[in-house]
Amino acid sequence: MSEQLSTPDSTPSPLVTALQHEHPEWIGEVIYAFGETTIVVPREHIAAACSFLKTWPEGQFNFLADICGADRGVEEEPRFEVNYHLFSTTKYHRLRLKVVLNEEDTHVPSVTGVWRTANWHERETFDMFGVIFDGHPDLRRILLPDDWQGYALRKDFPLRGYEPYSLK
Amino acid sequence: MGLENVIAEALPEVLTTRLDSLINWARKSSLWPATFGLACCAIEMMNATTSRNDLARFGAEVFRASPRQADVMIVSGRVSRKMAPVLRRIYDQMPEPKWVISMGACATSGGVFDNYAIVQGVDKIVPVDVYIPGCPPRPEMLIHAVMMLQDKVMKESVRDRRDVPEEEARQAVVPGTLPVTDGSTARQNTLPESRPYTIASRHERRRSS
Amino acid sequence: MSSATIPPQFEIVDQPLDTQMTISMGPQHPSTHGVLRLELVLDGEMVVKATPDIGYLHTGMEKLFEYKKYQQGIVITDRMDYLNPLGNNLGYVMAAEKLLGLEIPTRAQTIRVLMCELQRIASHLVWLGTHALDIGAMTVFFYCFREREKILNLIEAASGGRLTPSYFRIGGLMMDLPAGFEFRCKQFLDDFPKAVDEFHTLLSGNRIFQRRTQGIGKISAEDAIDWGLSGPCLRGSGINLDIRRANPYCGYENYDFEVPTEPDGDVWARYMVRMRELKESHKISTQALARLQPGPVKADAPKVVLPDREAMKSHMDALIHHFLIVAEGFDVPAGEVYHPIEASKGELGVYIKSDGGPKPNRVHVRGPSFVNLSALPVMSEGEMVADIVAIIGSLDVVLGEIDR
Repeated sequence: MSEQLSTPDSTPSPLVTALQHEHPEWIGEVIYAFGETTIVVPREHIAAACSFLKTWPEGQFNFLADICGADRGVEEEPRFEVNYHLFSTTKYHRLRLKVVLNEEDTHVPSVTGVWRTANWHERETFDMFGVIFDGHPDLRRILLPDDWQGYALRKDFPLRGYEPYSLK
Repeated sequence: MGLENVIAEALPEVLTTRLDSLINWARKSSLWPATFGLACCAIEMMNATTSRNDLARFGAEVFRASPRQADVMIVSGRVSRKMAPVLRRIYDQMPEPKWVISMGACATSGGVFDNYAIVQGVDKIVPVDVYIPGCPPRPEMLIHAVMMLQDKVMKESVRDRRDVPEEEARQAVVPGTLPVTDGSTARQNTLPESRPYTIASRHERRRSS
Repeated sequence: MSSATIPPQFEIVDQPLDTQMTISMGPQHPSTHGVLRLELVLDGEMVVKATPDIGYLHTGMEKLFEYKKYQQGIVITDRMDYLNPLGNNLGYVMAAEKLLGLEIPTRAQTIRVLMCELQRIASHLVWLGTHALDIGAMTVFFYCFREREKILNLIEAASGGRLTPSYFRIGGLMMDLPAGFEFRCKQFLDDFPKAVDEFHTLLSGNRIFQRRTQGIGKISAEDAIDWGLSGPCLRGSGINLDIRRANPYCGYENYDFEVPTEPDGDVWARYMVRMRELKESHKISTQALARLQPGPVKADAPKVVLPDREAMKSHMDALIHHFLIVAEGFDVPAGEVYHPIEASKGELGVYIKSDGGPKPNRVHVRGPSFVNLSALPVMSEGEMVADIVAIIGSLDVVLGEIDR
């Protein structure tokens, strides 16, 4: 059965309230929109938070659906964000954790110890945005060629790239 | 191939139209494609080989996996920057005579994807004989392209496909680094100096046919 | 491509046995279902380690989305998982509709379900054909594609494209089903169970097929969840998880269907799950076809949904709306959504982040094949080289979705 994770009148859902009881320092900001709950977690706590949420009986988020990076814009401060989309195969509810990063310091602890599927997702985020995951066993480019310069999905990377159309 | 060399040396001035017809007929009736399905067009290529649109009745009986046994390379799908050297290497591994069909909009010109990751047209890497538009082209269009290629094969001559002498071949540039031309080749109609790697044949010089 | 130096991670440094060999099951290979490269470290015929190397079809689609208006992006989604384009369309369109808060009419939802299930059948038929072809059964390939031609005819009748239909729009459908579609669809659905029985006769009772698939490529249930598998790969390991049941969308909670699972976790289990899914999709399609009632197929949102052609030609406000939508697009409220659907390969999640303009700020597609392929090293340790082909076939990978 699908459990409502956020109530329409934006009172905190029971999950977030319970989490605030247990570990208030992990919750930076909570956003309820479009039927989804987003928790902004400070960068240093993300691995602990994920590990807790995986085994916590209220959460049981044993399935990491997606890790998705985003670039807010060249002028924005903080510039990058990394979204973790969590899902529970037993309770069928979803949660998004967000980590925001400045342009100068794009290091995030890796969550491959919590869910092994994070391996490839983090490699893709590194490949596209240049976010470096500390503790990742094998952080290298996955989609672009190995000797590619630049990070493709950043907003200051042009759509057509830098090399001329023709191959030399 | 040895046959063309022998004919070129033994019968330099004799017209070879009968021999041409026979050899070209044999070649066009058994054009074996190399499997080079990359993306969505590959599925339409597979559809062209199945029972509704049967490509095998035109001679493309088996799709050889090894390029060494293939005649025509049907580039079906978008060629990304990472795949481009692999494509060139497969093309180089095919023995002469070989042809290339560029299937679909992405192989012809980059298609919908005008961005950093896709080579804008496979004819920047290999010489193409037949272009097929469409996204993806219907299997009937692929069959039409194969028939057009067969017409093109019928017009060739055995005397055009002489081998490059060995010393010249040894000075070739490294494969995969085909220099870019600006169309001056077609205007000059002479062997371009900057590409010793090419075979001096009328077939290869026509870049955009 | 890098010229001479091999990146250090590709060199196997300590080789105590001289019998180990690293070969590359290269990007051009008839059995890798696209341009996938596997680095196999072999000890004789046995695979010690298999590492996928992807990116040979990387198209930069996620970057392209940021430069295109929302309705232009639908065309790009077709080309991601090119065996299940309607599913991709649906994921993207539903995520955008979630941002806009649109209410989709019932007829559009029913047609969406019908087309998605037909597309699921078509995708599974390609899987079956190529999987059987790799294992050696060539006849099944031709039979599957013969059935698939009928489905492609139906999709082409509805949308104009066989493989890249782009049939769904934000707010409903492109246009209503053509006349005679229901009759032809019913004809196809009536004949389809016989075809599935034919496939079972050819493959499931075949001792060679059984020997090549049973016990191969096992993955346990905990590992499957840990590695993020979804769809038939997860259900083949015994976990009963289907997004159509867990987070229902498009009215799926009103349809009567089962979610097939198999306990073993090997290639045979995944094969049986997909074969049973063919029957379930057939059930859902029949129910959807029976439920079709006349009604509108586009939502009532004149600023988002294109008006009908006749209305556009006769009413001034419809013409203005049409012009504005096509020329400038519509503004989508700022925010982010992640909408998962059950595509034929697993959980297809579309994440759209909007900053309030007509073009999205970031679109990310979580392709199920991307995650399913990451579990290949786990499944293939200790198997023979020939079994790798069977395992890749059972994972049902589509490189367009992996590399985007």
